[in-house]
Amino acid sequence: MKKLINDPANVVSDALRGIAAAHPELRVDHENRIIFRGDAPVQGKVGLISGGGSGHEPLHGGFVGLGMLDAACAGEIFTSPVPDQMAAATKGVDGGAGVLHIVKNYTGDVMNFEMAGELAEAETGVQVATVVTNDDVAVEDSLYTAGRRGVGITVLLEKIAGAAAEERRPLAEVAEVARKVNANGRSMGLALTSCTVPAAGKPTFELSEAEMEVGIGIHGEPGRRRVPMAPANEIAEMLVSPILSDYDFTGGGGVIVFMNGMGATPLIELYVMYNEVANILGKAGIPIARSLVGPYITSLDMAGCSVTLLKADDEILRLWDAPVRTPGLRWGI
Amino acid sequence: MDTAAFSAWIREFARLVGQNKDYLTELDSAIGDADHGANMTRGLNAVVKMLDEEKPDTPSALLKRTGMTLVSTVGGASGPLYGTAFLRMAAAAGDAETLDDGTFAKMLRAGLDGVLARGKAQLGDKTMVDALTPAVDALDATLAAGMPFPDAMQAALRAGEEGRDATVPLVARKGRASYLGERSAGHQDPGATSVTMLLAAAATTLTA
Repeated sequence: MKKLINDPANVVSDALRGIAAAHPELRVDHENRIIFRGDAPVQGKVGLISGGGSGHEPLHGGFVGLGMLDAACAGEIFTSPVPDQMAAATKGVDGGAGVLHIVKNYTGDVMNFEMAGELAEAETGVQVATVVTNDDVAVEDSLYTAGRRGVGITVLLEKIAGAAAEERRPLAEVAEVARKVNANGRSMGLALTSCTVPAAGKPTFELSEAEMEVGIGIHGEPGRRRVPMAPANEIAEMLVSPILSDYDFTGGGGVIVFMNGMGATPLIELYVMYNEVANILGKAGIPIARSLVGPYITSLDMAGCSVTLLKADDEILRLWDAPVRTPGLRWGI
Repeated sequence: MDTAAFSAWIREFARLVGQNKDYLTELDSAIGDADHGANMTRGLNAVVKMLDEEKPDTPSALLKRTGMTLVSTVGGASGPLYGTAFLRMAAAAGDAETLDDGTFAKMLRAGLDGVLARGKAQLGDKTMVDALTPAVDALDATLAAGMPFPDAMQAALRAGEEGRDATVPLVARKGRASYLGERSAGHQDPGATSVTMLLAAAATTLTA
């Protein structure tokens, strides 16, 4: 293992100290491992919190700030944060208008947020609503799985729901916008390499030079199947086809295309991939309304990418274009 | 069984998990996200520290603080699941300073019920339930048949180990391993494996 770290056991707390040093506009609670907006709680605004295992940076801590999250809870690498953290974050962002929990659909995240919501509501009476993201078409949504994983759509949802909260809309409406984004979004990912969890010290799985893993999540877990390496245009087909056959993206106001890097893939390759995805969507008659290209929901040092499509409407596009000022996304200001 | 016995049980569980940290992580690498050993070790180290500092004075208090510490330190799915199990065991233990065999069996069943309620897994889903259920059933059955507790606990451990081994061919239906579909078959479940360590610790510490 070759990594820019000190003690593998301290990676998360060391990184949080770095975030605090680089972003004085944020407030970091090191004891509870929470990154807050500097001005939290914002009175009269619905507070948005998210959180999850670390190792997906900039998600979630890099999306804290005006127009997105009010707080993010950092768990250990790839491990859900604990209820105490989420309950503390909930209390810390409650500006009197309630708090929205944005949870990626993983067994641990869902259970810990559930316990946190019960805890915070019992202690302070703060109103909590929850939206669970589950956009990964690689997972069959059935009784025989834990349900689809929450992946790329979470980034778009945090931006769009954050803008709705910034307009001072009530909790029920912010939650409804968030659920609409999740319902209209689908993702699919692929890995060229595994990743190395610092505490484990070696790659989570082995993948030869000639192979890639299709249908991966964001935790270095193996995917649905292993296939021979292929050129970008064929890879784009493998990612976009299952998305288009899962949901009708035609009609409406076009799509927001999010080409995400898994951590170790250079931007130039993401643009090669974006071009192939744009060609496929062009042939399918699906107009692209907006795009986002870059590593925004990563899996440590995994090489690979994921594609997220979000079917847009006027409201979604207006909220997408609204000002945002966070370490990870920043425009309109 | 008094508070000291329960303290010894939990400390032995912590020792076994710590000793097998890399093994648990290796099992989790195959079908999960390679963190079960590290997470459980971190949580149980915090529990041992809590036991040293707070010295809870009843079995129920000890189990309750163990559960709360695990919920607060483990994270992932194992934190709420093990945490809920210990919190339910604490409630079932009541205020007594010492517990008899029958109460211990009821307590273990309450822990299993807590895991089922929190995780919504069923037998055969390739989870910790697959080791805990047969162990709890075996403990009830052997105690009911009049077997002395040390032997009954050994029988429970064996049943748990058989349940653990039986997870190998299963296709996971809950937790992160379920994302693998058929590819999860052929691997032993890490959660069922750490459960057998909890049982093994009980078999060696609660029989003296």
